Amino acid sequence: MGDSWIAREISLSPRIVFPNKILPYLLVAPQLAITLVFFYWPAGQALYQSMLRQDPFGLRTRFVWFANFRKVLADPAYLNSIHVTVVFSLATAIVAMGVALLLAVMVEKAVRGKGLYRTLLIWPYAVAPAIAGMLWLFLFNPSIGSLAYLLRSLGIAWDPLLNGTHAMILLVSAAAWKQISYNFLFFVAGLQAVPKTLIEAAAMDGAGETKRFWTIVFPLLAPTTFFLLVVNTVYALFDTFGIVHAVTGGGPGKTTETLVYKVYNDGFVNLILGDSAAQSVILMAIVIALTAIQFRYVERKVHYG
Amino acid sequence: MATVDLKDVKKVYPGGVEAVKGVSIAIPDRELCVLVGPSGCGKSTLLRMIAGLEAISAGIVAIDGKVVNAIGPTERDIAMVFQNYALYPHMKVYDNMAYGLRNRGTPKDEIDSRVRSTAKVLELSALLDRRPRELSGGQRQRVAMGRAIVRNPKVFLFDEPLSNLDAKLRGQMRVEIKNLQRTLGVTSVYVTHDQLEAMTLADILVVMNAGLVEQTGAPLDVYEKPASIFVASFIGAPPMNLLALTGSFSGPVLADGTAIGFAARETPAVTLGFRPEDADVTFNAEALAGALVLPATVEAVEPVGAESFLHCAAGGSRIVVRVSGRAAAKPGDQLRVVAKAEKLHWFDQAGKRVD
Ligand SMILES: Nc1ncnc2c1ncn2[C@@H]1O[C@H](COP(=O)(O)OP(=O)(O)OP(=O)(O)O)[C@@H](O)[C@H]1O
Ligand SMILES: [Mg+2]
Repeated sequence: MGDSWIAREISLSPRIVFPNKILPYLLVAPQLAITLVFFYWPAGQALYQSMLRQDPFGLRTRFVWFANFRKVLADPAYLNSIHVTVVFSLATAIVAMGVALLLAVMVEKAVRGKGLYRTLLIWPYAVAPAIAGMLWLFLFNPSIGSLAYLLRSLGIAWDPLLNGTHAMILLVSAAAWKQISYNFLFFVAGLQAVPKTLIEAAAMDGAGETKRFWTIVFPLLAPTTFFLLVVNTVYALFDTFGIVHAVTGGGPGKTTETLVYKVYNDGFVNLILGDSAAQSVILMAIVIALTAIQFRYVERKVHYG
Repeated sequence: MATVDLKDVKKVYPGGVEAVKGVSIAIPDRELCVLVGPSGCGKSTLLRMIAGLEAISAGIVAIDGKVVNAIGPTERDIAMVFQNYALYPHMKVYDNMAYGLRNRGTPKDEIDSRVRSTAKVLELSALLDRRPRELSGGQRQRVAMGRAIVRNPKVFLFDEPLSNLDAKLRGQMRVEIKNLQRTLGVTSVYVTHDQLEAMTLADILVVMNAGLVEQTGAPLDVYEKPASIFVASFIGAPPMNLLALTGSFSGPVLADGTAIGFAARETPAVTLGFRPEDADVTFNAEALAGALVLPATVEAVEPVGAESFLHCAAGGSRIVVRVSGRAAAKPGDQLRVVAKAEKLHWFDQAGKRVD
């Protein structure tokens, strides 16, 4: 995601002309090599694989054109996975952004210790996804988790191991928790950019605190919010494998099997390479679409002034 | 319609800066009070305390006889025009003006008619669908005014509303603000550091310095009888000529030894002042009864068109004399500056006026 900011930085600086004709190519060569070897080559492989089908013993391979795609898209398990992914991504993005915004607003209101609060709230971002997952897993483990115990003593039959909804809630909590810090940072910056006189003008115009927030501050945060929405969606879609793997492993049943997790399951666990490759190609298309949206709208930004 | 009363209002910012050190002002209903003073003297702070945007450290602010110290800006029913206008950038002009009415639950059709009639008065009708960034500075200023007017509040506050406009537009808007304020009859407090704006707009002029009020009064009274050296040099352009006096047996003399010809008042004055427009120059040598006559050397001549300013060296300091039309003198001329005795101002050791 960071790339887009850098791209803008560069496009703002004056154009540099190299006198040497070969040097520029040499300078970009490492980047090109890395992109080719680690992106285009595997992507091409995936594309090729997605059109192959192997027999169960891996002895014969046939080229089947788009048969794998047809099979995958007609598979109820895959459609279920799409549904799971949409629910999971939206819930994660909304929870992560909502909580971050709330925290950012609260910290801005703090009279003392703003810096300390900010630092502490940014820390969770440094925790690896799998560790974050384990943390939540332990906290909510039905037999040993302290929070699970608390929930049960409140009369809630907490059981993420058997109840799909509970598992999803746990997964969303873990995934959102990881992303809150990042969103928090952007919201704090966004809030600071809202001119204080606008808030004062609104106060004198008779708007109470809540009204001021929803009619003045929140609309002015729109560029930040939109940017974060894209970033969070991409995160929930593609960066949460570790959390899913650690917390639920896609279960119970297939109630938390996201698209990315299904690629792994089908390809590396069940060894149906053709299906798995077809699914990765579909995911690739989604990434490309999201990136295009990000470049087109986020870069141009929704801004006033 | 309201009176605004300040009683011994003080403001100490967290960190210990004492911005306002005890100010009392009584503004009658429908009058426009101008706070004028140099940068950092606490004008904005005082205004923001009236608005409720800044907590009052000590003293009382009352609107319509009701103490509002503990009432927030939302409930005070005051409108403010900010220096940078503070228009809501994401709202159209119409919504900027309607915002305050909506917050107070005004019926939709009443909002519409009020916004449109206000827009008409301010010649904004064609701009109602634009956003603030699509307006010129002058138009933004009008929208800010409109947003204040449309609500028909008890009090208007202005914090240097014209300082971002060019000189010509500023002159126009000054007249317009005065007219609007008169017709609407809304009690107003107007902050500026431009003494011309202050003189022309004010019903009551309050000259502030370093967190304190130096003088309060009608603009011309302040101009004619400045209460202190500070006011004398702040109000009027070019400022009043001030000459240091030292006493001698025969009467007060100027720094260069020139006797000024008549006695000081009972209280010993140490500074003598007269306005550039209250003096004249003459090449004749005869003494004039009842007038201050100073031998002077012209150092520079500034023709402004209808008048000219002669910068002269006299009595050990530099003074300015206004002559109408084209000046007959040129740099290097020796002449005499004459000021009538009743146009002289006397100030004591503490800088206070003595009469
Ligand atoms: N938020 C604040 N915290 C601490 N000190 C402040 C604050 N705001 C203003 N001051 C100080 O209070 C004093 C008065 O400030 P104020 O803004 O009222 O001046 P002003 O008369 O409006 O000046 P200007 O003409 O430059 O706007 C200044 O010394 C300023 O530094
Ligand atoms: Mg100010």
